[in-house]
Amino acid sequence: MIELETALAIVLLVALTFYALMGGADFGAGVWHLLAHGSSRRDQHRLIGEALGPIWEANHVWLILIVTILFTAFPTAYAQISVTLHIPLTLLVIGIVLRGSAYAFRHYDIQDDEIHVRWDQLFALSSLISPVLLGIIMGTITAGNFSLSPDSFYEGYVLYWVQPFPLAVGILALVLFAYLAAVYLILETSDVQLQEIFRKRAIAAAVFSGLLGEIVFFLGKSGAPYLWGGLTNNIWGGLIILGTVGFTLAAVWFLSTRQYWWARTCAILQVTLTIWAWGVAQFPYLIPPYLTIYNTSSPEFTLQLILFVLLLGALLLFPALIYLFRIFKSRSVFGQHQ
Amino acid sequence: MSDLLAARSLMAMSLGFHIIFAMVSMAMPLLMILAEWRWLKTGQDAYLIIAKRWAKGTAIFFAVGAVTGTVLSFQLGLLWPTFMAWAGPIIGLAFSIEGFAFFTESIFLGIYLYGWRKVSPRAHLAAGGVVALSGVVSGLVVVMANGWMNTPRGFTIVDGMPSNIDPIAALLNPSGLLQAPHMILAAFAATGFAVAGIHAFLLLRHPDNPFHQYAFKIALSVGCVSAILQPLSGDLLAKRVAELQPLKLAVFEGQVQTQQGAPFRMGGIWNSEREVFDYVLEIPYALSLMLHLDPYGEVKGFKDFPKENWPPIGIVRTAFQIMVLIGFLMMFLALWAAWLTFGTRDIFQSKTFLRAMVAATPLGFIATEIGWVATEVGRQPWVVVGYVKTAEAVTPMPGLTVPLIFFGALYTFLALIVTWLMFRHVAATPDQFEMIVSAQAS
Repeated sequence: MIELETALAIVLLVALTFYALMGGADFGAGVWHLLAHGSSRRDQHRLIGEALGPIWEANHVWLILIVTILFTAFPTAYAQISVTLHIPLTLLVIGIVLRGSAYAFRHYDIQDDEIHVRWDQLFALSSLISPVLLGIIMGTITAGNFSLSPDSFYEGYVLYWVQPFPLAVGILALVLFAYLAAVYLILETSDVQLQEIFRKRAIAAAVFSGLLGEIVFFLGKSGAPYLWGGLTNNIWGGLIILGTVGFTLAAVWFLSTRQYWWARTCAILQVTLTIWAWGVAQFPYLIPPYLTIYNTSSPEFTLQLILFVLLLGALLLFPALIYLFRIFKSRSVFGQHQ
Repeated sequence: MSDLLAARSLMAMSLGFHIIFAMVSMAMPLLMILAEWRWLKTGQDAYLIIAKRWAKGTAIFFAVGAVTGTVLSFQLGLLWPTFMAWAGPIIGLAFSIEGFAFFTESIFLGIYLYGWRKVSPRAHLAAGGVVALSGVVSGLVVVMANGWMNTPRGFTIVDGMPSNIDPIAALLNPSGLLQAPHMILAAFAATGFAVAGIHAFLLLRHPDNPFHQYAFKIALSVGCVSAILQPLSGDLLAKRVAELQPLKLAVFEGQVQTQQGAPFRMGGIWNSEREVFDYVLEIPYALSLMLHLDPYGEVKGFKDFPKENWPPIGIVRTAFQIMVLIGFLMMFLALWAAWLTFGTRDIFQSKTFLRAMVAATPLGFIATEIGWVATEVGRQPWVVVGYVKTAEAVTPMPGLTVPLIFFGALYTFLALIVTWLMFRHVAATPDQFEMIVSAQAS
């Protein structure tokens, strides 16, 4: 039997992976909305709007689930993150509010007029900013080393997230999300012209994400020593690095030869591997070097109960999610013709 | 402004804003599926249009409710990290349950909004039913978690920290079990009345439009049933507050000194110097009778408790009074509606009633907001009653007036846009011809 703390850490990683693959891609689609240009600009916008429509609300809930697991199972870590990262967390939720509201104002309005362009712009802009903040927050937690008694406001609430490493993780999150969105969007349309547009963007994003992944890795040597140590002191670290690079190269190959299913599989595997590599290297720290999943965890009975609720919830959630995707994404996800 | 006051104001603002959207997204799905069910039964296109219109409006409220709910899940930590570190192991579970309810709600709302032509009519109606049900479950667990702050259970204190934690006992705390139905009824009453009020306004202009007639009837029936049940639920809750939080009840009811045969007091202004209520109207023995079913029953006065544990008397008492007053007004309107429906059988003929319903449009939301003021300000100075004071729970982060202003501006912006969108929504009244065309098109 694995320990309760480890089991919950794994659940957190699973939820984070789903959030990146689904919610993250929705943010990425907003980025492509912002960057859309050329004669098919309106068609690109429509494709993005329609792809998100029935699923974006559900995709967003992964984030809420992560937060609730964190404060139930590892409450002191949640409290520490909330204090030190108050500013970027506040900016992140403002971005999330504006993104979701703007999408709703644009798509659930009863009339159709000029102001919709403004909502689209707000949607796209907040889709650009939120992933960067999310990455910065993840990067800061990874680096850790927070001062236990900060001397100044700057040291207490700013210093740790304005470092090269978290900022690089912020950009990496943005590029990964955009990359996922581009490869998903290719399979969401049967219009060859649109497919070609997103194919080129996906290749660019894939290459960029591969390079950024390496940059983040090397920045981690000084910026996030625990992560660096976790990745370099054993054979797995090396294999993981090779794996992410391998998936990037494979995706570029599949995109070049227009094998979109395989390209998407590689993109998903690259993002999943990146998140899991982070998780395994970070184990057992939540915020190194002081806070681990063991010394911040709730009492055993709480952990047992939340794990039970999560398992029960999963039994409810996954069939419902599959039902949702079967209805609206039967062609792009399940490969069936409607 | 002190950081503590800024944190409290920001939390109050976020909750007060979110709650409107949460209530509408909790209650509207029931109205939608009632309209859709009528459409399936009668084949009348007007019902289909009602369901579709309501669904679009609900989608806006749901989206804003979802993102402002996200704000809250972060702000719990951003503003009250000490509270969350303390309470997370005990009551966090409620929010994980809520997370799954929210998942099903989002998934099936997606199916409802976009699946009109993709799933069978039955599956579509069922999807709406799942949305309605999971919305209620969400509300239930969240309010039960709030109840725990009023009547904390499921732990014992060892060396100043909670031990022997039992999250189930915490969730099933006595206050939460009665607060939850009170809030759910409030959501259905407020939303039902608001929607009925809007259609009453339009019925005064277009008396023969079946779209407004049907919509009015559906919204009114949901609103009325809830408004008639609500005072009963309130009575049960007040009895429990009297038993478990006598100080809070004494402030609610303006009971300064402990008294046998306490009167029910109406109105009154708190005089903090003389520590009495001025200008009070009393109904003899009524409070004792209400709480104990005995005209001579003893009601504790808040002067029996140390003054440092008093909540702000004037605010709590006034808020509670207005809530009760509105509750009775809505119950009266509901009884009037029942009398018109079952007595005269033509509810649309009474212009006076329609005008009264127009005037009542915002009442339920005002009562809910102010009811939350009564219960949350009435909980002060505690965040977990008897264990943790609000001042001990606040974040060390300075300068909290900055996010207060920031979020104030954000919520104002969102409120203005949503109001404007709803005006556009309502202004687009379909006429009968358009109804036939659009029903055929869909």
